[in-house]
Amino acid sequence: MELRFTEEEIAFRQEVRAFIRGNLPAKTLERMRLGYPPTKSDVVTWQRILNKKGWATYKWPQEYGGQAWSPTMRMIFQDENMLAHAPEVNSFNITMIGPVLIQFGTPEQKERFIAPTANLDIWWCQGFSEPGSGSDLASLKTSAVLDGDHYVVNGQKIWTSTAHHADWIFALVRTNPQARKPQEGISFLLIDMKTPGITVRPIISIDGSHHFNEVFFDDVRVPVTQRVYEENKGWDVAKFLLGNERTGIARLGKSMARLEDIRELSPHLRNHGAPLLDDKLQRERVASLEIRAKALEITQLRVVAKMMQQSDGKPDPFSSLLKIKGGELGQDTSELIMDAVGPLAMPQWAKELDLLNRESGENEPPIGPDYAGFAAGPYLMHRASSIAGGTTEIQKNILNKAVLRL
Amino acid sequence: MDFELTEDQRLLNDSVSRLLADRYAFDARRGYIKSAQGWSQEMWEKYAELGLLGLPFPEEYGGFGGGAVDIMMVMEAFGRSLVVEPFLATVVLGGSAIKYAGNEAQKGEILPQIVDGSLKLGWAHGEQQARYDLTDVLTTATKDGSGWVLEGAKSVVLHGDCADMLVVSARTGGDRMDKEGLTLFLVPANTPGVARRGYAMRDGTRAAEISLSTVKLGPEAVLGTVGDAYGIIERVTQAGIAAFAAETVGACEAAHTMTLDYLRTRVQFGRPIGTNQVLQHKAADMLIEVEQARSMAMLAAMMVDEEDAAERTRNISMAKVGVGQSGRFVTQNSVQLHGGIGMTEEYAVGHYFRRVMVFEHSWGDSAYHLGLLADQVG
Amino acid sequence: MDLRFTEEEVAFRKEVRDFIRQNLPARTRERLRLGYSPTKQDIVDWQRILNKKGWATYKWPKAYGGTDWSPTQRMIFQEENQINHAPEVNGFNITMIGPVIIQFGTPEQKAHILPRAANLEDWWCQGFSEPGSGSDLASLKTAAKRVGDDYIVNGQKIWTSTAHHADWCFALVRTDPNARKPQEGISFLLIDMKTPGITVRPIISIDNSHHLNEVFFDDVKVPVANRVYEENKGWDVAKFLLGNERTGIARLGKSMERINYAQELARDVRQNGKPLIEDAGFRQRVAKLQVQAKALELTQLRVVAKAAGNSDGKPDPFSSVLKIKGTELLQDTAELVMDIAGPLAMPDWAKELDLLNRESGDNEPLIGPEWAGYAAPPYLMLRAASIYGGTNEIQKNILNKAILRL
Ligand SMILES: Cc1cc2nc3c(=O)[nH]c(=O)nc-3n(C[C@H](O)[C@H](O)[C@H](O)COP(=O)(O)OP(=O)(O)OC[C@H]3O[C@@H](n4cnc5c(N)ncnc54)[C@H](O)[C@@H]3O)c2cc1C
Ligand SMILES: Cc1cc2nc3c(=O)[nH]c(=O)nc-3n(C[C@H](O)[C@H](O)[C@H](O)COP(=O)(O)OP(=O)(O)OC[C@H]3O[C@@H](n4cnc5c(N)ncnc54)[C@H](O)[C@@H]3O)c2cc1C
Repeated sequence: MELRFTEEEIAFRQEVRAFIRGNLPAKTLERMRLGYPPTKSDVVTWQRILNKKGWATYKWPQEYGGQAWSPTMRMIFQDENMLAHAPEVNSFNITMIGPVLIQFGTPEQKERFIAPTANLDIWWCQGFSEPGSGSDLASLKTSAVLDGDHYVVNGQKIWTSTAHHADWIFALVRTNPQARKPQEGISFLLIDMKTPGITVRPIISIDGSHHFNEVFFDDVRVPVTQRVYEENKGWDVAKFLLGNERTGIARLGKSMARLEDIRELSPHLRNHGAPLLDDKLQRERVASLEIRAKALEITQLRVVAKMMQQSDGKPDPFSSLLKIKGGELGQDTSELIMDAVGPLAMPQWAKELDLLNRESGENEPPIGPDYAGFAAGPYLMHRASSIAGGTTEIQKNILNKAVLRL
Repeated sequence: MDFELTEDQRLLNDSVSRLLADRYAFDARRGYIKSAQGWSQEMWEKYAELGLLGLPFPEEYGGFGGGAVDIMMVMEAFGRSLVVEPFLATVVLGGSAIKYAGNEAQKGEILPQIVDGSLKLGWAHGEQQARYDLTDVLTTATKDGSGWVLEGAKSVVLHGDCADMLVVSARTGGDRMDKEGLTLFLVPANTPGVARRGYAMRDGTRAAEISLSTVKLGPEAVLGTVGDAYGIIERVTQAGIAAFAAETVGACEAAHTMTLDYLRTRVQFGRPIGTNQVLQHKAADMLIEVEQARSMAMLAAMMVDEEDAAERTRNISMAKVGVGQSGRFVTQNSVQLHGGIGMTEEYAVGHYFRRVMVFEHSWGDSAYHLGLLADQVG
Repeated sequence: MDLRFTEEEVAFRKEVRDFIRQNLPARTRERLRLGYSPTKQDIVDWQRILNKKGWATYKWPKAYGGTDWSPTQRMIFQEENQINHAPEVNGFNITMIGPVIIQFGTPEQKAHILPRAANLEDWWCQGFSEPGSGSDLASLKTAAKRVGDDYIVNGQKIWTSTAHHADWCFALVRTDPNARKPQEGISFLLIDMKTPGITVRPIISIDNSHHLNEVFFDDVKVPVANRVYEENKGWDVAKFLLGNERTGIARLGKSMERINYAQELARDVRQNGKPLIEDAGFRQRVAKLQVQAKALELTQLRVVAKAAGNSDGKPDPFSSVLKIKGTELLQDTAELVMDIAGPLAMPDWAKELDLLNRESGDNEPLIGPEWAGYAAPPYLMLRAASIYGGTNEIQKNILNKAILRL
């Protein structure tokens, strides 16, 4: 057992760090550092830069453009990206649909979709959740009825993140309402968002941003060739997708980056007439978050190492642990930043401050300091860390079923 | 980065686990505690036979040449079985002091005796007024010809009542809180002027208050450099924290396992209490904390031999806080989920709870180490 | 609404405080201040002093020796007792069996039992829980079979606090094993602990003290005249008993007293070369506990005021909030005191330190400082506070059933 990084790993970290420093557009860096969500173009630009280097799809099998990185290297890569305030690649593309197509796709599907998916020429979104089907996803109702060589899709998806940016959606639909078990009547379809009958309605989230959507399907015709895997076997695909590569799930680098940010912010934020971090209690708060980050980092490495050994490809139930603790840390570090900024985090300045707007020539001076404009946003949006992707309660149910067996 | 155990480590782990499974059932342990010295000489000899007492020492002294990871494994197993023998005191604390500070003669004389089980050590550093401050030493050593005279008192010396030899810290210079001016001495327990009052700790292990009045020592009693022991004291303490952290993880794991068994078998309102989701989720939270604590104990183990003192100190403080907080959570909830039975002396869960409580209050509690870490933020 | 105390209430508080200061035996006071449990004698002496003043039974109806104190006065009285290190009166006598007899007892039972319970001539204990029946009390199995004018009792009780001190036990027993519902076959008996066939076996608790017992009943003869209320209606009595006067349940004064004591100790204990009380982290911990105590005090006043308003005598389900928060605060304040003592709290030298032994002429010098010797046991024993009297999980179930209705 050896917990320290090897020299190769340290060198790899240097390489990644240097590449990001050298290639991440300055505007993107600044936006991310201030806590703004990346714009669509931030994500596209960055993913293409990475893809050119062969790094966007590092998780994929090598013959599809992946890298032969060890789990530790993968973790280093993810952490470095987040620490350097780089946007994450579009995970619907990279972590979800890419691996699904590689595993289940027909040769034609692979040929058609894999390269543009890697290069973000296609922006994918995920149409799983429905108003009546959240945690209980298998109860979904959106129907697909076979009509010649097309399915006719009717129904509604909800919480569809970035559907308003998306070119394509991968969706779970019900093809057999009479199946013995709800899981057995579901299929997995790839749907072009430009198909007639699709309506996207924005949902504004509590941070005031437009991130997710409702997507309505009204007699939407989808060629049968756009079904992945067998009819009524879509649940197997979904299980594969949801269980696939969950090591990045803790998004630890992002939390660690905030613990660096607080040090930079400190001189601007005064408390009792001194920089914020002169206050011992503030430092204790930072230290205690750092301890949690450290524990999670090691646990994550342990989970990854274990997964390397098991070749059955099954998701490790301990990734639920990473999801829970990583989500909590994201919530608590974003709360730290918001609390540090304090009263200045409360106004809705984001629009006035928005770097985008300012770039676009609007010259009014900003109302408040840059760092304050979006300090509350991540805190608000991070409430979703314990909801999206399987709620914390559901993760504990998974742990119970797989490990505790009570 | 590598979490694999070597073949040797796996074998070691197996044999320790087997020995404890055979000989350290909860009732057997109770018997050991009830005996006059409060632990089992026979088990001590078994540990010697297995090579555990020589685990961290170089082979030239009869040791096993193992490292912190080996100690970690053994301590985890000890934690699961709530072992009460003076392993931590002798091998980890006393042994580290000799290993880090001893000259060839001292190592050559002492280490082989530790390895064969014939010599038990006590780490006599803490004092009643000191709480957790490593520099708060009032015991003095004054020059007496070529030798020294010790005067003072040491507090909560783990297994100090049975130790054959004490490693005593004393001021040869400096003021109460100074890092400079501390010196370590090897003091045979039967030296005139050494008086001990042994007692049980809350978790059933033994400790002692030791008073030193006009304890005369020769020049050969000095361990390490006169006036320069602080670095050694810190390292010994850190080795202690790392080992005890691993033991705590073992204790938490066992308490959690017992709790799961209880949740499956205890029936109230016509069904096992573990069918209540609120208890399932609590058990899941406990599982998470056990694993987080394990990660931090691993970190501590890896850091024991780190040469960069600042890096070592920082990481071991982190581990102390992490394991301490997770340990409180896991064991407090183990008691809660057992109901009344968890409150009793005759049931093991309460013993795990108290072992972990003693860990928390050894060498700095979570709040103390958090304070140390906070001083480095910024 | 006025959250301040009236002048009368302030005067009352002073009267109580003066009385306690003048009448509480010094040894008792000192023992409690250091965290020791009161001895049997401490409790007997103090209860008799209070009883002489007419204050031991202040909760009882006036006709039975009670007072007509307002709910606020009762709260003040309890708080002052706890803050001034007075032992609590025997709750089995005052809060449990007394009110039960007043409500359900025959004239003979009242005449005989009440004065002796008030003056602690008889020490009562509570025989409810059984090995198989804790939270699910109604499943209890101890059997009482009617033979002539007697019941013959067989079975086992467990967790019976102070049974080894007790003269009498009030117990729930099963008189009709064939009842439709388990609650319907239970009777409430008063049992003389000297009756042949009773065996008391000590259970040592994790603080190494003897507080709990098992009580075995082997053909124990109990006169039918010692049954309270009707046969098979014992559950009504038990419900009345468990719901009766729950305002004291938070034991808030005790927590307040510990917070005060902790600050006293922290002035003397040094850390990093200065008094612990000067450490920012420590101060914050104390402040947080004070905030919690204040919130609980106000919530308690609200519950008390509400109870004064409705005369149906039904227990307020909200008292579960007081139980949960009160016990958490007791646990946390005991932990605070232990943490201050730190390493010196770890040795089990209570026996050597015991003030009782020293009084009895044991002249060996103390091993450690007196205040540290008993810093851990209250922490250990108070883990039970969230278990006895209905576990905190069960309290939440009650809140759910009565208020949330999920
Ligand atoms: C920011 C964000 C982005 C999202 N993006 C997408 C997306 O792109 N595509 C997509 O398909 N979906 C997306 N989702 C939806 C997400 O997957 C669901 O919100 C999630 O599955 C929970 O479903 P729900 O919101 O219907 O809550 P519900 O399932 O109704 O749950 C409500 C509450 O009940 C609890 N609960 C439910 N069942 C149990 C149980 N058995 N035991 C204990 N507790 C239980 C939950 O934990 C939760 O606290 C997103 C959600 C968010 C917040
Ligand atoms: C110090 C002490 C003093 C006591 N004194 C007395 C006394 O004098 N007389 C007397 O009769 N009794 C006494 N008791 C007993 C006390 O009332 C019981 O311990 C209590 O009712 C819990 O029962 P149990 O211990 O059997 O735990 P269980 O009921 O077995 O509970 C075990 C765990 O399961 C949980 N649980 C059980 N059911 C549910 C559910 N439905 N939903 C969620 N969680 C659940 C509990 O909360 C607990 O965490 C005392 C107990 C203690 C610890």
